[in-house]
Amino acid sequence: MAKKSSIKIRAKAKNGVVTVKALISHKMETGLRKDKKTGKVIPAHFIEEVVCEHNGVPVLEAEWGVAISKNPYLSFKFKGGKAGDTVKLSWKDNTGKSDSLETKVK
Amino acid sequence: MQRRHFLKNTMATGAIALAASSGLLVPGSVLAAWNKKAFDAKDVQSALKGAIGTELTEATDKIKIKAPQIAENGAVVPITISSTLSNVKSITILSEKNGTPLIAKFNLKGKAEAFISTRIKMGKTSNIIAVCESGGKFYSARKEVKVTIGGCGG
Repeated sequence: MAKKSSIKIRAKAKNGVVTVKALISHKMETGLRKDKKTGKVIPAHFIEEVVCEHNGVPVLEAEWGVAISKNPYLSFKFKGGKAGDTVKLSWKDNTGKSDSLETKVK
Repeated sequence: MQRRHFLKNTMATGAIALAASSGLLVPGSVLAAWNKKAFDAKDVQSALKGAIGTELTEATDKIKIKAPQIAENGAVVPITISSTLSNVKSITILSEKNGTPLIAKFNLKGKAEAFISTRIKMGKTSNIIAVCESGGKFYSARKEVKVTIGGCGG
């Protein structure tokens, strides 16, 4: 792996239910804080949407506001998955940046 | 990409139509129009209206909110929402006294279970409201989280 992804993701199957846990490295700036040195407002910079797919089919589409904590954590579950399936998580922030990562269900 | 303030359902189809017509149906473009109006809303009613199209929800005990009673650090409050309602289509999370109450909306597709766990920011002690969409109706539950302000949250 050349570039380190902003996403850490793990997916585990148990009794046909897959639990996905993901951590995204993102500063989630609200646009309300001020820089202490300059007194200027730090512009908002946050993840707006997160999409998660199971074998290419979306299972979760999340719309986020600024009130999701810095370095967001997300966990969710879905049925009908098994070990070896792929789970892909992608995010996009308000500046148009995005990232995605695919993993195999364990 | 243009931001549009359409209602939720027109927004979704519009976004898909746009993505399909431009041949760019990639993940991330599905929700092309971020619901700015709802996320910018300053009170719970208009945030709800923007997010789910109605401010009327039915209180239920079938939604479980797991959150600390006292959060020492309002910047990181772990919460878990789960529900025994059938066929939950979306889970919306709000914090009543945040400057902008709407925190997030999770649209659950097909096989997803009614379970979401994440970490949120809370400005001060407030109720967390979780709204689940099930069978075309909206159900809600709330739980108070006390936020300790100050350096030594003991």
